[in-house]
Amino acid sequence: MTRLALLGGLYSNDRALAAALADIARHGVDATYCLGDLGAFGPHPDRVYPLLHDAGVLCLQGNYDNSLAGGLADCQCGYTDPRDNHFARISYRYTFGRTSDAHKAWLGTLPFERRLEIEGRRVLLCHGSPRKINEFLWESTSPDQFLAYLLDTAAADVLCVTHTGIKWHRALADGRHVVNVGVLGRPENDGTPAVWYTLLTVDRGRVSAEFVPVAYDYRALAADMDAERLPVEFIETILTGWWTTCLEVLPHKERARGRF
Amino acid sequence: MSPSAPAIPLVHLDHLWLQVSGTRCNIACAHCFNSSGPDVRTFGHLTPALVDEAIGAAAGRGVREIFFTGGEPFLNPHLPGMLETALAVAPATVLTNGMLIGDRIADRLAGLAAASRYSLEIRVSLDGYTEAANDAIRGAGVFRQALAAVARLSRRGLLPLVTIVRTWPDEEELATLDGFARVLREAGDERPRIKVLPALPLGRELARHPEALPGGLVTDAMLEDFDRDLLMCSNSRVVTDRGVWVCPLLVDAADARLGSTLDEADRPYALQHHACVSCWHYGTICGNVSAQIDGPDTARRERPA
Ligand SMILES: [Fe+2]
Repeated sequence: MTRLALLGGLYSNDRALAAALADIARHGVDATYCLGDLGAFGPHPDRVYPLLHDAGVLCLQGNYDNSLAGGLADCQCGYTDPRDNHFARISYRYTFGRTSDAHKAWLGTLPFERRLEIEGRRVLLCHGSPRKINEFLWESTSPDQFLAYLLDTAAADVLCVTHTGIKWHRALADGRHVVNVGVLGRPENDGTPAVWYTLLTVDRGRVSAEFVPVAYDYRALAADMDAERLPVEFIETILTGWWTTCLEVLPHKERARGRF
Repeated sequence: MSPSAPAIPLVHLDHLWLQVSGTRCNIACAHCFNSSGPDVRTFGHLTPALVDEAIGAAAGRGVREIFFTGGEPFLNPHLPGMLETALAVAPATVLTNGMLIGDRIADRLAGLAAASRYSLEIRVSLDGYTEAANDAIRGAGVFRQALAAVARLSRRGLLPLVTIVRTWPDEEELATLDGFARVLREAGDERPRIKVLPALPLGRELARHPEALPGGLVTDAMLEDFDRDLLMCSNSRVVTDRGVWVCPLLVDAADARLGSTLDEADRPYALQHHACVSCWHYGTICGNVSAQIDGPDTARRERPA
């Protein structure tokens, strides 16, 4: 049996990352991976790096990391709504300004994908989708035949992604799997402050995914964000679990479940 | 045909478009890119059998999303059943003027949305946030009926996506979007979702603004360091009652008909129309998220301030 801990976007939430890593240490896993977007949204972006390093977490490059490393003008989330762009810009400028040059350079060295062979199953880890670092794979807009196409093209049996911020798992009829591992950076628009990571288990070729909620000191994170003068809209999300900004990319079902 | 027009292959059929009501519409907007209207019979309705066949073929090709367009899709009486077929295999979107969405249709749409694990998006067109401005483009009485549809859909949690063709100067962008959001809230849409589309130099829009025609066509040089996945011809096809076209914008162009079936239409298309410049410029303009989905290898942009 092989068990992996898969972390989605961290968004500078060092407190949730620390809690998740402690939880993972208790579970005992064969390896821990982070699928990218280390910075964004939260406070003190440099704080997650030593935690990842000390725990031996293997990281991928997300779109945010790619932007920071390359000195791009934005986070490549593709917003067109002026309000979404306003908040995305605040977050990106803050994160860009507070991430050390050494960390930016390191982000640029991270791979876009990792391929693992576990008990005969070909597992592909990437950030958005196998074909685009910033493609959103939402549950309600990723039909089975499209996921099968992505798996075929990528020559994978199990595909694990993040980037959207909301976890889901689809077992295809042919025995292949796609898992969006969720994110540790912020709650997933469900009205609770919990954040999530994923335990992926392959046991005699059988694949299962368990989503693990992480209870952490979100009030302390909110206080950190307040001290850094990050927008009250972001802090509200951390405290309430409802997304308040960057909503335009949500499909109908995911949007309808939220408050805003 | 220009010998140098770059040819774009169909990389993957992400988006299946179904021109379910042909070019038949209950109104005739001043900027309509395919000149639809009450008496426009360039294209006719799709039959349920043809739609079933197209959805089946597209599903076999791994389709990601299915779009229903026209004309006005709700003029086709079989639309709800067609949506049900689509939603069984993929997320679906309807592009409508909203005028035919009464309580009965809205109930049906809400039922279809709830029954599917995939999203149903209802895109309602508006072009002004005052009755005078909107109806000058879309026709008398359209504003009130469209807002009534938005309210009916909103009450049922369908969160309609209001699409607006940009017909204002850049400096009025924020005020205009605020105006739309305010009017939608007043109409009962508490969570307005707005998508702005560019005006396209095609059909009636081109007839009224011939000066908007771009000076040139898409060249190979323009495609260097450009993410070709943004072009609809690389990821979409449109099924009409007269065959399969390369993209929704070019249904009036004879060369853009690529075959009678999706399989036949799986061949490269040479970018030889002025509308291709719009698609190159804006990228994935017809999808629901007008995001520029650039990959990491695209041209580096300026550093943040
Ligand atoms: Fe991302």
